[in-house]
Amino acid sequence: MIFIDIEKKLIGAEGDFNLKFSFSSEKNVFLSLFGKSGSGKTTILRIIAGLEKADRGKIIINNKVWLDTEKKIDIPPQKRNVGFVFQNYALFPNMTVLGNILFAMDKKDKEKALEILKEVELLALKDRYPNTLSGGQQQRVALARAIARNPEVLLLDEPLSALDFSVRFKLQDLIKELHKKFNLTTVLVSHEPQEVIKLSDIVIHIENGKVLKVGKPLEIFKNKEISAKFSFFGYIVDIKKVDILYLAVINIGTDIVEVALTEEDVKDIKVGDRVLVASKAFNPIIKKAPLREP
Amino acid sequence: MGNIDFTPFILSLKLGIVTTVLLFFMGIPLGYFIAYSRIRFKSILEALIALPLVLPPTVLGFYLLLLFNKRGVLGDLWEKITGHQLAFHFEGLVAASLIFSLPFMVHPLISGFKSVDKSLIEASYTLGKTKLQTLLKVILPNMKPSIVTGIVLTFAHTIGEFGVVLMVGGNIEGETKVVSIAIYDAVESLDYTSAHIYSAILIAISFFTLLIVYIFNKKFEV
Repeated sequence: MIFIDIEKKLIGAEGDFNLKFSFSSEKNVFLSLFGKSGSGKTTILRIIAGLEKADRGKIIINNKVWLDTEKKIDIPPQKRNVGFVFQNYALFPNMTVLGNILFAMDKKDKEKALEILKEVELLALKDRYPNTLSGGQQQRVALARAIARNPEVLLLDEPLSALDFSVRFKLQDLIKELHKKFNLTTVLVSHEPQEVIKLSDIVIHIENGKVLKVGKPLEIFKNKEISAKFSFFGYIVDIKKVDILYLAVINIGTDIVEVALTEEDVKDIKVGDRVLVASKAFNPIIKKAPLREP
Repeated sequence: MGNIDFTPFILSLKLGIVTTVLLFFMGIPLGYFIAYSRIRFKSILEALIALPLVLPPTVLGFYLLLLFNKRGVLGDLWEKITGHQLAFHFEGLVAASLIFSLPFMVHPLISGFKSVDKSLIEASYTLGKTKLQTLLKVILPNMKPSIVTGIVLTFAHTIGEFGVVLMVGGNIEGETKVVSIAIYDAVESLDYTSAHIYSAILIAISFFTLLIVYIFNKKFEV
């Protein structure tokens, strides 16, 4: 059983705002905090871990009171038994991969450490130092290290945002697997709808420190990010006249597409304009793509 | 060459080592406090530590002499404990060195503490490690270049100091006559051979200690 009810005044880019958050659930849940950066998601995570103080609040995890400002209880992070995975991995550069895992254990259990490394497919790299590993490998070590303590709550702060697509997908699978295998209660902070939909049981949408919506992932994203329409922003690179039509070359993200336009359309757009390209998704073509982008 | 007295070198070396070791253990808690605490009077402490950098050695030497002689507060106390005063004795040189070399140890350590990624420290806390365990296992091992810089600069500066040492220690053979004083003494008595030899050796020592710092720090740069 986890119970969180916290309040804190935050200093934001557009003035101060009040962070107000409460949540309770059974354990072994996968909870995601979703929202724009600066909305206070990470602060909630840091307050749960004890790395930041709340102005007022109560946190009870598995019948243990971690925070109760009324009773002046505030257990330090060392005694909270959380697994915290940082955005920048925060691996200890002076220790090997195995050393990082062993450091996390109060009683050094080498066999268990090796078992966890096997679980995250890093056994072969156990004697390497973190700065010789790729970003994805480093985040695997960070996950393994966080789990090595048998944490009561696993806290993930945008753990995959620094990684590229293919690595990110694989690590999402790994996180899901670890969550199940070790019966974890996990809180993920993310601004990626795809990640949140794939991993969570419950999503809390947060904006400016306030809870906008709580629900199952597909409920949260139904009206916003998921719709029957594709739309992308792009820039006009070139407009060519072809017979009676015009052909606009548009740069969308890393792609270049050509769109046929009529003389009417061309009237009020010119090269360099930012445009919205939209289409109804009546008949989209979906093909399995290789993991790595071409 | 045969009549060159090497006692001043041994004395300088002893002074350098004792001062550096003591300052290292004083500098760690002091640097830790200044780098991480958010208390308001910190600026006063920082200014006090940096003071020896800007004061003429004579000013520092003058006040230390007043403090260390047998009528001074510290000198009196010291005499009651040990039977001799602090000024004009080796212990007095050590005490003075601790003060004038303090910034050379503390400043590199402060920047070292500040250079350690905050999330490493937080990660260590969430992994159940106390502040002391975190300091010893995470913070210090990840600021080795700053530690080496602090140690070497302190050592080199302690050996090279002249003004404060002369005022507090005077020129007593085998007790306070360190190399820098011995050179001055040799020049005064027109013994240029000794002055040359002492000076050349001192230049060589200083150069190589600094060389060690730069080589060592390059190794950790990557």
